[in-house]
Amino acid sequence: MSVLIILIVASILVALLFLIGFIWAVKSGQYDDTYSPSVRMLFEDKEKEDRHPQKKEAAKNKSDEKSGETTSL
Amino acid sequence: MGRENEEMLVKNSEGIKCYHCGEACKQDHLVFEEKDFCCQGCKTVYEILKDNDLCEYYTYENHPGSALKDIFQTDKFLFLDNEEIIHKLLDFSGPEINKITLFIPKIHCSSCIWLLENLRRFNPHLKNSRVNFTKKTVSIDYSPSGISLREIANMLTSIGYEPYISLDDEKKQSQKDHNRDLYIKIGVAGFCFGNIMLLSFPDYLGVDFIQDRHLKPFFSILNILLSLPIVFYSGSGFLISAYQGIKQRYVNIDVPLALGIIALFGRSVYEIMLQIGPGYLDSLAGLIFFLLTGKWFQSKTYEGLSFERDYKSYFPLASLKEKGGITEIMPVAELKKDDIIIVRNQEIVPCDGMLLSENANMDYSFVTGESRLVDILLGGRVYAGGKQKGANIRVKVIKEVSQSYLTQLWNHESFKKEKRLLSQAIINRVSKYFTIIILLIAFSAFFYWLQQDIRIAMNAFTAVLIIACPCALAMSVPYTYGNVTRVLGRNKLYLKNVEAIERLNNTHHIVFDKTGTLTESGHSGVKFDGPMEQDLLQMISGLTFNSTHPLSRRIYNHLFEIGIDGKNLVIDGFREIPGKGILGKINGKTFKIGSLEFIKSDGYLATNENGTGKAKIFVDVDGKLMGSFQTADKYREGLEETIMGLKSNYDISLLSGDNDQEREYLMSIFPHDSQLLFNQKPEDKLNFIKVLQSQGKKVLMVGDGLNDAGALQQSDIGIAVAEDASSFSPASDAILSAGEVTRLPLYLRFTRSAKTILILSFTISFLYNVIGLTFAVSGTLTPVFAAILMPISSITIVAFTTLSVNLRAKQMKL
Repeated sequence: MSVLIILIVASILVALLFLIGFIWAVKSGQYDDTYSPSVRMLFEDKEKEDRHPQKKEAAKNKSDEKSGETTSL
Repeated sequence: MGRENEEMLVKNSEGIKCYHCGEACKQDHLVFEEKDFCCQGCKTVYEILKDNDLCEYYTYENHPGSALKDIFQTDKFLFLDNEEIIHKLLDFSGPEINKITLFIPKIHCSSCIWLLENLRRFNPHLKNSRVNFTKKTVSIDYSPSGISLREIANMLTSIGYEPYISLDDEKKQSQKDHNRDLYIKIGVAGFCFGNIMLLSFPDYLGVDFIQDRHLKPFFSILNILLSLPIVFYSGSGFLISAYQGIKQRYVNIDVPLALGIIALFGRSVYEIMLQIGPGYLDSLAGLIFFLLTGKWFQSKTYEGLSFERDYKSYFPLASLKEKGGITEIMPVAELKKDDIIIVRNQEIVPCDGMLLSENANMDYSFVTGESRLVDILLGGRVYAGGKQKGANIRVKVIKEVSQSYLTQLWNHESFKKEKRLLSQAIINRVSKYFTIIILLIAFSAFFYWLQQDIRIAMNAFTAVLIIACPCALAMSVPYTYGNVTRVLGRNKLYLKNVEAIERLNNTHHIVFDKTGTLTESGHSGVKFDGPMEQDLLQMISGLTFNSTHPLSRRIYNHLFEIGIDGKNLVIDGFREIPGKGILGKINGKTFKIGSLEFIKSDGYLATNENGTGKAKIFVDVDGKLMGSFQTADKYREGLEETIMGLKSNYDISLLSGDNDQEREYLMSIFPHDSQLLFNQKPEDKLNFIKVLQSQGKKVLMVGDGLNDAGALQQSDIGIAVAEDASSFSPASDAILSAGEVTRLPLYLRFTRSAKTILILSFTISFLYNVIGLTFAVSGTLTPVFAAILMPISSITIVAFTTLSVNLRAKQMKL
């Protein structure tokens, strides 16, 4: 039955990983604003469709969008 | 209406809402591209968004915008050209990119988030923007070479999201850290609680480890290890607070809690070490976890609101200083005596000074509550807090900002001390007696068993402390008041903290401010009864533009705000007859604007003159009465009932900075024995409240302006009335939306019933304690029994308080 000991230690270590994950999430500010992410994910990525290709800024915006997204990740 | 791209003035539009802001459109409103707009401002925002292909804004919410009530001025953010100020505001600055976080009170819906996160479509130099909805801030990355901070602020203002810029935001930072700390504490407690429960399962099920004797101590040791972070990290707040309480000879609720925690931990470790039993670590972990969730529930605050503002929030950050013919922008705090500053239209004078221009029109409503403009001539004194209406003026500084007449109020002692802690808070009174009784029981059980066996005596002693640990009691307050705060928040009364509820309940005397509190705010002060024809209104605007009379200016300003401006019209034979009115000819039509005697129109009876001090200005064209303007502040609807509802339970007073011309009306609605004081200076208000308090009364102050700031601070509980919660209000304990002022009696009744609920919930938790104690004193308490009783009692309390508060709210239609 000493395998139980190994299992329990393993399970607590796994749980500890999640606890560390949670602490990291809180510290990095993910719990500071719990509303806007839920709305943000519903916004359409309009620039990908690009309804106004004649606007010369559109292309620039697109690249801005991409760089913006990578920095925010 | 079908013609596109054409503006039209539409009459009789009942129930039509503005496409942009959702406010009901008045008699006249603008129609543009088949969409209704309540004012020029909303339409302009729509056009800007349309030009930038951002109309998707309107797809996420209906009427997402905010009405633009103030006239937008491009020089409002002039101070953002000052490098020193910019430097203080930036989060990060580099050659390529600057980062700034702006507080925008108007953020309120998902469309706001969308628009503010798509700012880069307005200007490619804005790189990335991100909204924090709870704090109502937006963080913007921009390249300083392409766009200045001032341009950003102007742009945000033009689309209805005016940033609020202030230099002292340190308090917010600590609040944020505190919240994060609590989250982590709860996380750690939850982690330990879960694992300890799991490891205690064999005990619950009565499993006997006959074959594996080494397993049981292993589980127990692991439990002790897991309980260390929960006691010394998650639970540290309770232990520290109890220690501080005792040090100040003061028993708070944390004292019995700490006793319980120590008893639980000590006895468990003792039992496990001597291999007597499994200990109570599961109960301990559950206790701390539940207590922390209660703390979290109670600490829900309105981060987007500030309850700490002082005059700096109202004043400009910087002023235009004139020196040897050149002007420079200078932070107001650095203004010295004899400096010369320029105050522009709509700008607030930052310090007391002497007028160097011909004349000025000051709106002192911030300072005095009086809503009329004051004419000041060359050489006259202008006081800090006054708002210039009209042309730019030059002012010589007489006193520095912090020493000025109005700002001196903040040097008053009542601003230096925090409001006294409520030692009278119910929970502290209860816990004092509770602790004494528990200690008495614990010691008598100890001495009773001592005659038989020291072991049983120790068992009984610790068992009493364990079972009596007032977990349920400690949960009563957070959950009752936490729920009350939420209900009131839904009804637009935003409390700073839960302590405000008890302060409300303790109130004896209610003091009201008049202007802006009992009356509707000065903005809606002008109403036109008559045909809303653009031509007519434009001509009225042209005439009133030429008059310096305060009432004319108010009519002109009002028309300007709804998008009508006739200052360029040619007027023949303009005359102003003091005390009567103005007359002149435009396009061959003779206009007379003024009092009823002045226009002497036949066949028209002045209606609705019910002695409430409302001033009416009549408009007459070619001998025909066209309509009238009503300018006096309007009392809130239902005010009589409000006062009626309050007078049976409270003494009521009124303090007005205004003159006493409305005394008669007010006397008719206020109870006979109440004091109505007029011409009150900010300091008089503060002192009035002080006098009441010296008579042992608890005072509730309801006010709105800077002139009430002292009184709000001095009172036992100050409620600031704000047009909408995001607009600025002086430091207070609660912020009440202006539209809900008349519901105050209902809110007070509600908080009183919360007290009853609290007492009931105390009773329930005492019952649990009595049941547990009977086991404890007889020395038959088992860990399993404790582990069941403790969560059940806590859950009962949470369920009872939540249900009963919300049920009560429903009954009262809150």
